[in-house]
Amino acid sequence: MSQRNRLGAGGRIDRKRPLRFTFNGVSYQGYAGDTLASALMANGVDVLNRSFKYARPRGLVTAGADEPNAIVQLGASEAGQVPNVRATQQALYEGLVAKSTNGWPNVDRDLMGVIGKLGGQFMPPGFYYKTFMSPASAWPKYEQYIRKAAGLGRSPIENDPDIYDHMNHHCDVLVVGAGPAGLAAALAAGRSGARVIVCDEQEEMGGSLLDSREQIDGKPATEWVAAVLAELAALPDVLVLPRTTANGYHDHNFVTLHQRRTEHLADVAPAADGRRQVRARMHKVRAGRVVLATGTHERPLVYARNDVPGNLVAGAVSTYIRRFGVIPGQRLVLSTSNDHAYRAALDWHDAGREVVAIVDARERPDGDLVAAARSRNIRIITGSAVIEALGKKRVSAAIVGAIDIDGFSVKGSTQELACDTIASSGGYSPVVHLAAHTGRRPVWREDILGFVSGGVPGQIPAGGVAGRWSLADALGDGFESGARAAAEAGLSTRSFTPPTVAPVREGKPVALYQVPHTKPTMRAPKQFVDQQNDVTAAGIELATREGFESIEHVKRYTGLGFGTDQGKLGNINGMAIAARVTGQTIPDTGTTVFRPNYTPITFGAIAGRHCDEFFDPRRYTALQGWHVERGAKFEEVGQWMRPWYFPQGKESMHDAVQRECSAVRERVGILDASTLGKIEIQGKDAREFLNRLYTNAWTKLEPGKCRYGLMCKDDGMVMDDGVTACLAENHFHMTTTTGGAAGVLDWMELWHQTEWPELEVYFNSTTDHWAAMTITGPNARKLLAELTDIDMSNEAFAYMDCREAKVAGVPARIFRISFTGELSFEVNVQANYAMHVWKALFEQGDKHGLTPYGTETMHVLRAEKGFIIIGQETDGSVTPEDLGMQWCVGYKKPYSWIGRRALSRPDTKRSDRKQLVGLKPLDPQLVLQEGAQIVLEKEIRIPMPMVGHVTSSYFSPTLGHGFALALLKGGSQRIGQTVFLPMADGKVHAAEVVSPVFYDPQGARQHV
Amino acid sequence: MQHYSGFGLVKHGLSHHENWQRMWRNPAPKSEYDIIVVGGGGHGLATAYYLAKVHGITNIAVIEKGWLGGGNTARNTTIVRSNYLWDEAAWLYEHAMKLWEGLSQDLNYNVMFSQRGVMNLGHTLQDMRDIHRRVNANRLNGIDGEVLDVSQIQAIVPHMDCSANRRYPVLGASWQPRAGVARHDAVAWGFARGADSLGVDLLQQTEVTGFRISGGKVLGVETNRGFIGGKTIGVVTAGNSGVLAKMAGFKLPVESHPLQALVSEPLKPILDTVVMSNHVHGYVSQSDKGDLVIGAGIDGYTGYGQRGSYPTIEHTLQAIIELFPIFSRVRMNRQWGGIVDTTADACPIISATPVGGLFFNCGWGTGGFKATPGSGHVFAATLAAGKAHPLAAPFTIDRFVSGKLIDEHGAAGVAH
Ligand SMILES: Cc1cc2nc3c(=O)[nH]c(=O)nc-3n(C[C@H](O)[C@H](O)[C@H](O)COP(=O)(O)OP(=O)(O)OC[C@H]3O[C@@H](n4cnc5c(N)ncnc54)[C@H](O)[C@@H]3O)c2cc1C
Repeated sequence: MSQRNRLGAGGRIDRKRPLRFTFNGVSYQGYAGDTLASALMANGVDVLNRSFKYARPRGLVTAGADEPNAIVQLGASEAGQVPNVRATQQALYEGLVAKSTNGWPNVDRDLMGVIGKLGGQFMPPGFYYKTFMSPASAWPKYEQYIRKAAGLGRSPIENDPDIYDHMNHHCDVLVVGAGPAGLAAALAAGRSGARVIVCDEQEEMGGSLLDSREQIDGKPATEWVAAVLAELAALPDVLVLPRTTANGYHDHNFVTLHQRRTEHLADVAPAADGRRQVRARMHKVRAGRVVLATGTHERPLVYARNDVPGNLVAGAVSTYIRRFGVIPGQRLVLSTSNDHAYRAALDWHDAGREVVAIVDARERPDGDLVAAARSRNIRIITGSAVIEALGKKRVSAAIVGAIDIDGFSVKGSTQELACDTIASSGGYSPVVHLAAHTGRRPVWREDILGFVSGGVPGQIPAGGVAGRWSLADALGDGFESGARAAAEAGLSTRSFTPPTVAPVREGKPVALYQVPHTKPTMRAPKQFVDQQNDVTAAGIELATREGFESIEHVKRYTGLGFGTDQGKLGNINGMAIAARVTGQTIPDTGTTVFRPNYTPITFGAIAGRHCDEFFDPRRYTALQGWHVERGAKFEEVGQWMRPWYFPQGKESMHDAVQRECSAVRERVGILDASTLGKIEIQGKDAREFLNRLYTNAWTKLEPGKCRYGLMCKDDGMVMDDGVTACLAENHFHMTTTTGGAAGVLDWMELWHQTEWPELEVYFNSTTDHWAAMTITGPNARKLLAELTDIDMSNEAFAYMDCREAKVAGVPARIFRISFTGELSFEVNVQANYAMHVWKALFEQGDKHGLTPYGTETMHVLRAEKGFIIIGQETDGSVTPEDLGMQWCVGYKKPYSWIGRRALSRPDTKRSDRKQLVGLKPLDPQLVLQEGAQIVLEKEIRIPMPMVGHVTSSYFSPTLGHGFALALLKGGSQRIGQTVFLPMADGKVHAAEVVSPVFYDPQGARQHV
Repeated sequence: MQHYSGFGLVKHGLSHHENWQRMWRNPAPKSEYDIIVVGGGGHGLATAYYLAKVHGITNIAVIEKGWLGGGNTARNTTIVRSNYLWDEAAWLYEHAMKLWEGLSQDLNYNVMFSQRGVMNLGHTLQDMRDIHRRVNANRLNGIDGEVLDVSQIQAIVPHMDCSANRRYPVLGASWQPRAGVARHDAVAWGFARGADSLGVDLLQQTEVTGFRISGGKVLGVETNRGFIGGKTIGVVTAGNSGVLAKMAGFKLPVESHPLQALVSEPLKPILDTVVMSNHVHGYVSQSDKGDLVIGAGIDGYTGYGQRGSYPTIEHTLQAIIELFPIFSRVRMNRQWGGIVDTTADACPIISATPVGGLFFNCGWGTGGFKATPGSGHVFAATLAAGKAHPLAAPFTIDRFVSGKLIDEHGAAGVAH
């Protein structure tokens, strides 16, 4: 099929660059500069989709962001699928592949349409709330059918091959929209030297000027556009962003702009210069002033069967003819409430096709455009409107009748005018979305029959969005607003004489939204308000009859404005209908709330680069390379990857861990402990700060000594723990849990900055600066002594001492602390030296049986000693005393500390709280499930009282049996009792309650 | 009350739907009611419905400053589950779950309760310990649940990326098959219609501006439509509870934060269940209309503006793409926020207050929709008897003084 609706000349397309594309499997041709919509129109494709509820055939209604029907599935490959593309905003490119999103087996012959036709009558708004209730068991089946019928496009099921990014900007003036007002504003602000960003969502800047009949300075408007763009491009601080939608407006003039960088080229971003291109970019703009120049959306009239393909809004007709050189059909009927829409008929006529009639709702239209129509001998039927469209898959005629607007009735008889296209206009709605995202309600202006901005600080509406509609007004307003914005941003501005435009006199429009029909609304053929959601005037009337009088209720009950166009086309008409049937005014009825996005944007663009490996960058220690070489298996701990265990050959995890445990208990092991959080604390009040932060006392800790500390939240529940060393009177080295490091530093800053600013203390995260290696086991001293320059004897370097020394020739902080119960040293060296020191240890280590071990072995060894892990033995509901750590709570400290008050509450003092105990399974080979619940009776009945749960559980090669730690109600009183653990598979395990310290309860081994 | 059925639809269809009755009246306020419920969200409306239906008290007003169900009820992501860890919470939410299971029939209004299952993912070894712990506890409390391994997860959610090359690979999940979603508006409307038909006055566009209190006892409320008397008053105003407590002269232990949510454009069915992940911090389900319904955590700062900050949306979608890289090309249609009343232990307050006759039901925070029928049911009993229903008893305001918290927060939110 050739491009039968393509005009012989005109439009901003490039007829020398034909492009091939396919739609629903058929190949067509369009031109560079086309949108998918204009190219489909050129080829005479009328039915683009099926509506989701009634499966009615649907075609193009608009030429822009407000399009409800032409929602297509794009994509030539699976990974390149793009759901829900508005054909009106998709630039055509070579090889484009698109499909309708609804219609089975195809859009032309949709079987669901039969159901829609027969069943439509029984599917009023909210019909699903009133049925499918019995039998209750059938609902899931019904729901399955509802779900199948809903939805538009489909998600790709392969991963997105494209990347997206973010850019931050600060500017003096952001101009949103590049029509006459926006371009003038950008120019005025730019000439003043302001930093300006101007964006427009269309492929080309120029807005309404791109299809204007008017002249600027005696030349076609598009020439003025070109000149302005050239001047803006030459200004140093002006950024011009085409294909860029301001999609969200946040407080303090923070505006997000979504730039489509490659969607006009292909469905997957093509490489440029051999490099991946960013498919879309979010510009996050903090603007001094925003000039809102977003123009207007035309309102169609609501008449019967206004959804048959061939019904368009009037302005779109002009856009297709003048901008794309394509015409929707052969014979036009225009139905209008205003002068401005006459352009459609004039453009149609001037393109050489027949205007059957202009049907004007006003009795005596008399503006310049009316005169122009008359001078072309176009038939004008006044005081009338199109009340119904005829035709199935394409308009075949319009039924026209004289109407009484105030009485909402059709007067006298009607006539049928044969035509294939009906254009309608019920007026123009300022695009106030971005003025309303921050919560301001728009206000109604009766003189323009539209809502305008309620006023947003720092935002200046200009041109159409401000209700200034003539070209001369829009230009003048644009210049003035741009200059004002720059001046308010602190720049000195000049005044400009706006270019000259011949005035066009337009008569007063009349308020018409829903057109009356000869039948009452409930009985008339469907009059669509929101085509995407199949919302009709009757549906809105029914909603209000049922008590849904608030416009928000109407929206939610009928689905009005819920579609991908978020009511751009239908909302005001819907509100007007709700107002009419409830006897209210439109401003009393009000609008629903405008929220981002203005037009939908991809998740990928919003996420930007923070995906995959950048979602939350992994952290590795300085020894990672060694661990990998040794075949370590890793565990995620916080953001870190930690060696979990080091299997040898085909060794199982169990075997590896048993071997590593024995090595530590019998010889010596080494753990990469670098991930522990480290915070350097300095200042004259450092010690006092620690006293208030930790539950225990720090007053007497001398330089050269370490101490274990517990931290509680203000609710008295344990939040973190670790060893802190006193390096000098005012200088401490704190360690935290691996996962808790950032949170603890935040916590310290919070208390310091908000509660105790008088304390002179400074914190610095040094987690990555130091690499830490735990050398532990009976041979630990012998090994380390071979590599250090200090006296390592028990007398010179006692348990809980810290020393600065050289290890393998490198300066180190050594802490003699133990998390395994064995003789241990934790060696901290500057991270860049870590590999050298680690390797040196292994060079000497062989003869001592040095064995690397991972977190699993660490967990087993510490559990044998009854040492807790924060987050495993604690869960935010455990006090120090619950853990049997009252020795670590300094009730006698003179100044209160975080959590102290909470710990004196009656509930935290109860003796039957859950307390830390050990569990010894009666079956020695059994390893209890971590997370198993504990009950007191062997017989299981549901529900059953639970008295605790297993927090940690392992098999111990040292003890020769399985063992566990648990939190148990009144646990300290239950030592020796048997408890039960019912499992999902029906088994019930039994275990004896024992002390949580299984190994070396006297602590002799760590003191040697 | 007009009975709804498929047969009725046909009948009304044939008469052009001109004979449907109002779902509720629009009455003028009386001077005095036996019980006043402040807040016409799901919880308030359910309270009124059960007061009338179960306790036979019908001289009741529900006072709503805006439109019925327009608060968090209208803004939430409708996840309904009862697999809470601690007994007190689990019993309360399971009580609600049982009511959900017969709600459409009870109300003769299809609330589209869809038991498509809820999956809570585990990404770390500690996540898995916590999941086992919770599922074990649920089982012993008679609440359905199981622990799924990766292949079982993949069978239910074939399009989630469960491979080892994600940043935080999925290790397993808890799964509650009876959990799911419901149509939030329908819940409010169904309860409203039911309450109205039993004689309850639903007063919309009526804002409570103060309480009249004498001798430590409440006598009624001041509103923009004048004084309305009532000696028993239940306040159910979610994010505005702190404001109302202040009017009554006391402080509530709640913080009001924005909580945001967003939806994609409608898509053909791609996700058949609810997937939640605490660790990567996001959750997603697909509505019957086809939208992906997505949310995450609260915004950090407190406030009453029903919108949040943009970085929260960014983080949320990053998390969703981490779980479902295929959704990168799906578009976000709309985002919004509600104000949620959070407590220190992530559990509600259903309680008497220092003012005689004045009760509060609040603190449901980010998760109260799922409790709607249960909350209304136990609060109705509490108001009718003037003392706490047994399931509500642990949820007093006093627990923040005594320390007897029910720490669902701690149980779910510990990082290590
Ligand atoms: C984004 C978001 C997602 C959520 N997702 C979930 C989820 O997936 N699952 C879940 O279970 N929960 C979820 N929640 C929480 C859930 O929405 C709430 O806990 C629940 O809806 C609260 O119901 P309600 O009836 O108490 O409150 P609301 O519905 O907020 O009702 C309170 C009513 O009180 C009215 N009111 C306030 N002040 C006054 C006054 N002075 N006078 C008169 N009336 C007043 C308000 O207008 C409002 O209508 C979510 C919440 C949000 C915001």
